[in-house]
Amino acid sequence: MADVILENVYKRFGDFTAVEDFNLHINNEEFMVFVGPSGCGKTTTLRMIAGLEDISQGNIKIGDRVVNDVPPKDRDIAMVFQNYALYPHMSVYQNMSFGLRLRKTPKDEIDKRVKEAAAILQIEELLDRRPRELSGGQRQRVALGRAIVRKPKVFLMDEPLSNLDAKLRVEMRAQISKLHQSLGVTTIYVTHDQVEAMTMGTRIVVMKDGLIQQVDSPINLYDKPVNKFVGGFMGSPAMNFLTGTVKDGILTSEHFSVTPDAALKEKLKPYNGKKVFVGVRPEDLFLVGETEIPEENHSVKSIVEVVEPLGAETVIIASVGSDQIVARLDPHAQVKAGDKVTLIADPEKVQAFDLDSETNIRFT
Amino acid sequence: MTKFFDLSRKTLIQFALIAYGFTVVYPVFLMIISSFKTTRELFKSPFAMPKSWSMHNYIEAWNRGNFSSYFGNSLFVTLTALLIVLVVGSLAAYPLGRYAFKGKSWLMMYFLAGLMLPIRLGILPLFFLMRSLHLLNTPWSLIAIYVASGIPFTIFVLANFFETLPKELEEAARIDGAGDFRIFWQIMLPLIRPALATVAIFNFIPWWNDFFFPLIFIRAEKYKTLPLGLFSFFGEHQNNWALLFSGLTITALPLLIVYLLASKQIIKGLTSGALK
Repeated sequence: MADVILENVYKRFGDFTAVEDFNLHINNEEFMVFVGPSGCGKTTTLRMIAGLEDISQGNIKIGDRVVNDVPPKDRDIAMVFQNYALYPHMSVYQNMSFGLRLRKTPKDEIDKRVKEAAAILQIEELLDRRPRELSGGQRQRVALGRAIVRKPKVFLMDEPLSNLDAKLRVEMRAQISKLHQSLGVTTIYVTHDQVEAMTMGTRIVVMKDGLIQQVDSPINLYDKPVNKFVGGFMGSPAMNFLTGTVKDGILTSEHFSVTPDAALKEKLKPYNGKKVFVGVRPEDLFLVGETEIPEENHSVKSIVEVVEPLGAETVIIASVGSDQIVARLDPHAQVKAGDKVTLIADPEKVQAFDLDSETNIRFT
Repeated sequence: MTKFFDLSRKTLIQFALIAYGFTVVYPVFLMIISSFKTTRELFKSPFAMPKSWSMHNYIEAWNRGNFSSYFGNSLFVTLTALLIVLVVGSLAAYPLGRYAFKGKSWLMMYFLAGLMLPIRLGILPLFFLMRSLHLLNTPWSLIAIYVASGIPFTIFVLANFFETLPKELEEAARIDGAGDFRIFWQIMLPLIRPALATVAIFNFIPWWNDFFFPLIFIRAEKYKTLPLGLFSFFGEHQNNWALLFSGLTITALPLLIVYLLASKQIIKGLTSGALK
């Protein structure tokens, strides 16, 4: 159990900066998720915490100890890899006990811990098998078991579910969350899947091009994205973006005229006459008649291209001029491809982003 | 119509394969059955099955023909050389396959250059070298040569195999607490067992059969290896064919055994599936 603190951490490969000025304080027992597109530096940061990569600049602390030059085995961490990294020529039992044996843990203690972990992960019958005799999900549980028996201060997980099929991923997600709740060990989890991030993290770090974009709880990241990237990255289907001009606090274009709430209107005053990005999430768009918000100055005129009836809702993909938007409508909405449809945008959920810096104007 | 052609094509292929197999196996078969005959029997009926299966040829070759000594020497030389080559080769191949360091490609090239050098070209300087090292007429001259000639191929094969092992395996072991040598010994080396078997066979066979270097380096009867022993067997004993065939069979037997054992490993390695 420990805090993990990263101070001004950089990672450079020659001229290329993979991680830039990374500052983060992870609290004890937190489940911290690093999320971002491929190449954003999340795995590199995790590997620096693990000690598998050197730190170009800055400090990493586990507990009170600066671990910059401490080898991985002395950092009291355990890691779960994307492709499990189980020792193929050893049995499951031997895989799980390897680390403990190296630390000269007494045999009965090893046996106790392995059996405990196996019970939690429901792999007791597999203890004598070789990894090649196991399915993907079973292998992943063995990899988790290998980490658990070490009773480390921090768990590090590098996209552990990416190699599993969708159904298994959902199961394992829940299992890892439950594990975290019962064991209470600080966990740092890397993924490119924002759904995993949202469902598992106590807090999430969104990264892009080596830089932290935003660190917050899942719901805050969703409701209050600090820039266009975070807004568009979190949430599925993704936030819609249109380009509009500010005219006396109203966001307009040839195809839409949307009024934001009072707070945003205030922040938009310096942008009068200028172009901005307008962001609105698919669930914050409504058909006329589905909401009490009036059509006047809250509407987006679109032409329906694709209708996806999902049962619990109907998703439409529509074109607004040359842009495309997605809206999540009532399941019984009467729309078909080709319809000209006016969508009403919820003023409290409308976001506006600076055209150049892409920062959320609400937070300026 | 096509079925007929398919069938006749298949039959033709089978026939060709059987014919080829026959030409390979028959001489060996002949050698084995001849080893159980007396010399007179051999001349009278060279292709018939032996009258009796007595081991008297083998016993005589082993004792009077000194084959026990030749066999022991061959075994000693080949196994020692094999052990050294595998130890030295795998230790060298490991960093070459898995680590990055300055001068690595030069070092690799240096070792691989050995593959292109026909070592027998250097027989004269090698002779002088062995003489000045006082290794002439000892098994160690042979062991030294075999190790030197076996290292390039061993390093080449093992380095390539080591390279294919996933990096995560090493990282997981490091986090578990293993140091570099332990990772080599307990994790990586066991995983390239098929490669070790391959390298063992490829080295063992030419060394066991080698006639050239023992001929030049070994004079004393007590250090002669099997091929050399067989040769002197020819001249000295006025072609005692029966004993000769038993000597040949004794010589060929370990090769068969090694090959069977090692090829099992190789097949096991090929079919155990991807390393994940």
